[in-house]
Amino acid sequence: MGKEILTGVYFMQGDIACAEGALAAGCKFFGGYPITPASEIAERMAERLPQVGGVYIQMEDELASIAAVVGSSWTGAKSMTATSGPGISLMQENIGYAVATETPCVLINVQRGGPSTGIPSIHLQGDIIQARRGSHGEYKIIALAPASAQEMFDFTIDAFNLAEKYRTAVFVLADAFVGHTREEVIIPEPEEIYRVQRKLPEAGSSEGKIRGFLDEDIAPMPIFGHGFKTHVTGSCHNDFGQRNVIDAEALDYYIKRLNNKISKRAHEIISVSQDMDGKEVALISYGSCYRAAREALNILEDEGMRQVGSFRLITVWPFPRVQIQELARKVKSIIVLENNLGQITPYVEAAAGGQAEVIFLPPRVLGTLHDPHAIVDKVKEVIP
Amino acid sequence: MIEIDEDLCKGCEICVAFCAKDVLEMSDKFNKKGVHPPLVVREEDCNLCGNCMLYCPDLAIVVAEEEESG
Amino acid sequence: MKLVHPLMKYVRPGAISTATCAGCGDGIMAQAVLRAIDELELNIDDFVFVSGIGCAGWIPSPFFNADTLHTTHGRPIAFASGVKLARPDRKVVVISGDGDLAAIGGNHLIHAARRNIGMTVICANNGIYGMTGGQVAPTTPLGLKTTTTPYGNVERAFDLCALVEAAGASYVARWTTYHARGLTRSVKKALTKRGFSFIEVLSQCPVQYGRRTGVGNAVAMMKGYKENSLSVKKAASLNEEELKNKIIVGELVDKDSPELTEEIEKVRRIHE
Repeated sequence: MGKEILTGVYFMQGDIACAEGALAAGCKFFGGYPITPASEIAERMAERLPQVGGVYIQMEDELASIAAVVGSSWTGAKSMTATSGPGISLMQENIGYAVATETPCVLINVQRGGPSTGIPSIHLQGDIIQARRGSHGEYKIIALAPASAQEMFDFTIDAFNLAEKYRTAVFVLADAFVGHTREEVIIPEPEEIYRVQRKLPEAGSSEGKIRGFLDEDIAPMPIFGHGFKTHVTGSCHNDFGQRNVIDAEALDYYIKRLNNKISKRAHEIISVSQDMDGKEVALISYGSCYRAAREALNILEDEGMRQVGSFRLITVWPFPRVQIQELARKVKSIIVLENNLGQITPYVEAAAGGQAEVIFLPPRVLGTLHDPHAIVDKVKEVIP
Repeated sequence: MIEIDEDLCKGCEICVAFCAKDVLEMSDKFNKKGVHPPLVVREEDCNLCGNCMLYCPDLAIVVAEEEESG
Repeated sequence: MKLVHPLMKYVRPGAISTATCAGCGDGIMAQAVLRAIDELELNIDDFVFVSGIGCAGWIPSPFFNADTLHTTHGRPIAFASGVKLARPDRKVVVISGDGDLAAIGGNHLIHAARRNIGMTVICANNGIYGMTGGQVAPTTPLGLKTTTTPYGNVERAFDLCALVEAAGASYVARWTTYHARGLTRSVKKALTKRGFSFIEVLSQCPVQYGRRTGVGNAVAMMKGYKENSLSVKKAASLNEEELKNKIIVGELVDKDSPELTEEIEKVRRIHE
């Protein structure tokens, strides 16, 4: 058998680091379909999964890929898929199914230029809102945004842990820049890697008595093959998985339970990194834009402008509303860096609630990294 | 013997139509669903072929050989 | 003495009465599948039943007291593929309708057959969209008036068995609900066959097909199946004209080919 965890220091592409992160997290099933700029993840998984006793399957399309991922997860396997915008668009219905049936799975979206076919190999943070609300109905999602090849490794492990802990679909919102960048990646010793194992019902739990769904404290997952006689449905159901497609009251309960499971624990899930103590201006960023924010801060520090700090969203969803409310009370201005036409900016504005000025700053050319000097110039407009 | 769980019956009449020996007829009474279930009217003609049981879409009919008493 | 239906032990508590309309063939199919499992003396806990959207999706879910995965429209075979790949020791059975498996889900059907993945797909073909109100399906006969073909269907109907045979399935059979005994035999064979097995079952929809098109009630439809069907053997001696509008029933394919999960296992063994 090959090793799940290739401890060592590597010069590694982001997509490959993502695949290694998945294996380190214990992923045993990958269902996917080739698409630029995510194909390298599939290729690595095709090579590596058989080495560790897992299964790789290239399905006939993305609809089938996510379906196979959900099916395998119900047998107890840690499962994932990796794709890019067009593939995610095709997967949306079954992403809703995964959320509704509380199926742990990890979805890697190596975002590319869109809408439509767009430009496959150019990065854009075009799918941020899609990740949040792309499937129909009322639901919550968890999404992490890595900014480096190392974080492609680290955040993929985090995504698996969140998926298993909260029994839901978790996005890694990478982009072509992060996915295709080659840089140093350190893979730690196995004992240094934290892995959440799925909570299962007690063996021999009497059939029909397992509350396997809709628990705000996360129900144990009555996976297949243990005599639980589980009924899984994407239709409105109760705590036992029994379908109810006639009562509005049942729908209300179903929606609120599923949503509360995430929103009541948002404080546990949300992750931001910030160095905002005593600062006047915040650079809010996520994903690859964080790299430009960091570089701009280096330039500003060199110029002696220390009133500017970084506020980075590691989890884009759930949105860190409370944290940004607090931030807005402390600073004069917030500059939101996004490689799109402003997808989280309205959320930042709503959270800031007029307490601080919110300025949206895209790169001069969409699909490129921000020029750090352009960020510096914007800061100087705010604090002359 | 033929036993009919009248309340599972939806009144489709398949059992009556495919009985090789004309053993069943639809009754006049209503079951809980508000339909007429079948009635065993000529049990002595039944050859236990099991068609009624096989074709009943609702698992409402059981046909079995009579157990000898004693 | 109260007789208990011998198949009732496989029914999920609270799931009887069945979800289908009076006279629906899907109940006959449900019984045939359960009877096959019973006669083979298999443990229903070793199965995972996967279904999609439409009336036939309710044949196993929630009706069968087993692990059941009721999926999105068109995708049950893809979900089932994930189950089978991750747990090859499970008996994976997909039961769904012609619209679900052959229209919206047609791509998954042909690719599962091509891979020869070890699962059984049982397709209830009622020739129409029943649950949504009698719209045309890819299996609707040419010329039939449905709610969405008010001037008659201008498209040809799919021959699902020929499709699946061409895609590479190990076992293919066609039956109607009238042929419940032959169907049960085929289900038993399919459940024990290595590789992808497919059974098409013409199943009457007395409400959206029979009533709207004037074909008649469940009894008339089943009598129609009886009168219009021919065995594979008989059909072999007839020409195209003589076979027009006939239903050929029986086993169409029964062959041995490599099965997907076994091939994957071979690849894995290289690394042990």
